[in-house]
Amino acid sequence: MLLYNSAAFFADVKPVDFFTGSQWDPESAKGKYSIAPLLVSTGLVTLGAMLIAVPLGIFTAAFLSELAHPKLKNILKPFIEMLAAIPSVAIGFLGIVLVGPGIAKIFGLANGLNALNGAVLLSVMALPTIITISEDAINAVPQSHREASLALVANKWETLFKVTIPAALPGLIAAVMLGLGRALGETMTVLMATGNAAVLPTGFLDSVRTITATIAIEMGEVPFQTTHYFALFAIAVVLFLITLAINLAGEYFVNRLRKFHA
Amino acid sequence: MIKKLKYIVDWILLTGSTVIVCVILGIILGDIFSKGASAISWDFITGLPTDGMTKGGILPAVAGTLVLTLITTLFSVPFGVACAIYLNEYAKPSVFTNIIRASIRNLAGIPSIIYGLFGLALFVQSLRLGTSVLSAGLTLGLLSLPYIITTTEEALKRIPNSMREATLALGATQFETIKDVVLPKALPGILTGVILTMSRAAGETAPILFTGVAFYINDVGTSVNQEFMALPYHLYMLSTQHQAIEQVRPLAYATAGVLILLVFLLNIIAFYIRYKYRTKD
Repeated sequence: MLLYNSAAFFADVKPVDFFTGSQWDPESAKGKYSIAPLLVSTGLVTLGAMLIAVPLGIFTAAFLSELAHPKLKNILKPFIEMLAAIPSVAIGFLGIVLVGPGIAKIFGLANGLNALNGAVLLSVMALPTIITISEDAINAVPQSHREASLALVANKWETLFKVTIPAALPGLIAAVMLGLGRALGETMTVLMATGNAAVLPTGFLDSVRTITATIAIEMGEVPFQTTHYFALFAIAVVLFLITLAINLAGEYFVNRLRKFHA
Repeated sequence: MIKKLKYIVDWILLTGSTVIVCVILGIILGDIFSKGASAISWDFITGLPTDGMTKGGILPAVAGTLVLTLITTLFSVPFGVACAIYLNEYAKPSVFTNIIRASIRNLAGIPSIIYGLFGLALFVQSLRLGTSVLSAGLTLGLLSLPYIITTTEEALKRIPNSMREATLALGATQFETIKDVVLPKALPGILTGVILTMSRAAGETAPILFTGVAFYINDVGTSVNQEFMALPYHLYMLSTQHQAIEQVRPLAYATAGVLILLVFLLNIIAFYIRYKYRTKD
């Protein structure tokens, strides 16, 4: 169904223009359909989210599995699952009323609806996924590895950073991949928090519009069966392929981890 | 000395990250509930919106979300459970079932907005169901299917094979074994998965955007072919689309509060079932 509708789009617009043009402006008379600004926006927001979420998530996972007292862990884990349960619109709402004004104040901008805002919120959404899977990966490292390292008079920290984390690496990569997949596909949060200007962004303080937000904004307004309508299906297919690739990569690393410990 | 300093930095990194994560959750809940609490009341939940939605309650949105979640569950649970039973009990492990499992896992990773587009193309247009609570429910049902299948399969896997063999040895057919022994034993696990999926479906906005959610309806719906209001969309609308955004901020906070409460309630029920089930084993 998705492929059929996007095939209809490429009957109208040349694929080369779709990938190499620099403007997304379906409203104009000629109709410019280029995915580049949307792809760059999506990439920028997701990259920002990962820069925040990956270190935070992995360190938290390490804390939970190596340092935390079991009692503390039993309290913290449901907390993190709670974070995963918060609906994305609620996070987006906080982006408008809390994070946005905060960013505007810090950087002296008129409003805080930009890529940075989206990145901060998406990192919050990706954190539970990253923490849970990283923690599983770190837990899966056999105790004998740690004991061997400690027996070589390495202390707790050297063991953690030089033995345990490298051994858990495939699992950590899988965690990052799955978190990435979640951040890429997120719609409501970025729709509400990033300002939605469909131009090539130049930095984190620019307003951006991701693929998901574009679909959400424009699908409600376009007439059915027009080039514009088909164009939205085409960008959806691109998004689908990207997330599919990332999820497959994540799964590959999960399987490697399993083989490694079997 | 430098080494010691490095360990302290390491400790700060790990503990600090955890504290930050907890603080984030605290800020989210604290901000929403401190500003929304004054507006949440029984009248707010059971009242109709008035004065161009600047006053009044959110009854149509609450009702819409409940009906929507119900339709989603009715559609996805029978299919999902049946599919999981087939995969776990009947199908022999082969390349074919591995392909099915891999596709199910990948279905779970597809962005929800793409389910929305698919629902629009399939239910709203091709099947001519129109934009309605039925189309939206079916779309969310599709989105929920992979989760239901995965959690049900996990629950079925935990039933020891010896129980199946004992029943079969008593002359029961395979279907009787599944119906009378395996399913009842796996029920708490399945139920946990179903409730968690419901909480996810209740909070989703993107898939229902084009498949049936409405800006404003001043009544509780009576038919599945009507458009409907839903809590997450109502929050989105109040915070970005409304003509008097500043004026309705308290209502938006309160709506966010009600939505989060609903989702947490479902989660707590699921945790409770899981907890009880675990301690019994």
